[in-house]
Amino acid sequence: MIFDWAVVQYAAPLLAHGVVMTLQVSSVAAVLGLVIGLAAGLGSLSNSLLLRGIIRFYVEFIRGTPLLIQIFLVFFALPVVGVRLPEFWAGVVALALNAGAYIAEVVRGTVGSIEKGQSEAALSIGMTRRGALLWVLLPQAWRPMLPALTNDLITLTKNSSLLSVISVYELTRAGQAIIATHFAPFEIFLLLALYYWALISALAWVSRRIEAALPSW
Amino acid sequence: MVTPVLVEARGITKRFGPRTVLEDVDLDVHEGETVVIIGASGSGKTTFLRCLNRLETPETGQVRIADVTLGRRSDGRPADERELSQQRRLFGFVFQRFNLFPHLTAMQNVALGPRRVLGVRRAEAEARAVHELTRLGLAEHVGKRPGQLSGGQQQRVAIARALAMDPRVILFDEPTSALDPELVQEVLDAMRALAGEGMTMVVVTHEMRFARSVAHRAVFMADGRIVEQGVPNDLFGAPRDERLRRFLRHLEPHHDR
Ligand SMILES: Nc1ncnc2c1ncn2[C@@H]1O[C@H](COP(=O)(O)OP(=O)(O)O)[C@@H](O)[C@H]1O
Ligand SMILES: [Mg+2]
Repeated sequence: MIFDWAVVQYAAPLLAHGVVMTLQVSSVAAVLGLVIGLAAGLGSLSNSLLLRGIIRFYVEFIRGTPLLIQIFLVFFALPVVGVRLPEFWAGVVALALNAGAYIAEVVRGTVGSIEKGQSEAALSIGMTRRGALLWVLLPQAWRPMLPALTNDLITLTKNSSLLSVISVYELTRAGQAIIATHFAPFEIFLLLALYYWALISALAWVSRRIEAALPSW
Repeated sequence: MVTPVLVEARGITKRFGPRTVLEDVDLDVHEGETVVIIGASGSGKTTFLRCLNRLETPETGQVRIADVTLGRRSDGRPADERELSQQRRLFGFVFQRFNLFPHLTAMQNVALGPRRVLGVRRAEAEARAVHELTRLGLAEHVGKRPGQLSGGQQQRVAIARALAMDPRVILFDEPTSALDPELVQEVLDAMRALAGEGMTMVVVTHEMRFARSVAHRAVFMADGRIVEQGVPNDLFGAPRDERLRRFLRHLEPHHDR
């Protein structure tokens, strides 16, 4: 097999559009996923049994089913109940719901493991459990949570390649389009891998910088 | 004391699983009074303090403070969490291990309650925090995190944190027993000053000199009950209960300050 440099040169700038879309869909999904994960993680530490039950179900469902199925469910099943989302937003919602479940577990685990004396001290100055979570426990959890959160966001970014199946024109989909017309799968998939790798490395770098900037005590 | 009763605990019983840790404990604390609680390890002192401010919920019994019954609304119905947290605020609590918020400076530790619980504006909450910290001799340390402070300084920050909520009574759970010996005195001095200003205090401690010179009353607990109580000099000088006698004999000399 001969490595076709010409197709690489041709594809590299075209794929840049895909990179932009991957960045867009992943970052919007990441923000939404963090919000969902934070809310669900804190909710699972509340004393409402109903709320905890609902969150448990959500987390177990996401962890127990393939992301691909979840993407199809959001894209094809939601219209059945009257919610029709364009591909981009269906992709964002699917990725965010997926990441949110894993992030919720990280939040629950980390915030829940902060020493009991901290929440008792918060209660002793008149805070509610919720106030203690918000003002005392969560601020202490950011730093220990960061590595696991970074992992989940890296996974989310890589998972965005699955959105190609619902025609979100992100990196993988862009690559597939070039393969379809030029038939150079090895070159293009290799190129895609390098693009993803660069993206993920940048994300990991940012995370390390944030970790270094967060105050420690 | 001749002042009115401020805190009234009646028939407090607390179980952990099959173990009864407190059995039918009654205690009145008068306005401005300092009560010291002594007793062997495991006798229920901490649990009793925690039942007073409802960090633990007793199985039976009632705690009243001023005209509030903890866990009840004024119409007698059970208080919800928000109401209970407001009632709990009437008590300050100083923990054996300080339990300061490690990510916040001394000032932020003290200002957090006023800000987030009382809804005081930031500048005002911080001014109040600086005021309380200064009162406890910590003016130069307002900007330091707990990790940068000695144990004695941390415990004084914890006292300032309790004071900033303007409690009716402060509960101290062995406030000096986690401290290196040379740091004990500064905390005891701060507590002595508070008592002198008329703060109502319930103090679990084995610092006998402090008890004798500051407390109006000493209470001895054993096996989850109050066994004997009286003016400290009487209680320590002429103990009647055999367990109290044994306890006083076995108090390590270094406890006596
Ligand atoms: N959360 C808990 N769960 C089970 N047992 C407890 C708990 N807290 C305290 N106890 C038990 O209750 C008894 C009294 O404890 P405590 O109030 O801490 O005593 P003291 O402060 O006098 O040393 C001890 O035997 C202790 O083991
Ligand atoms: Mg104790």
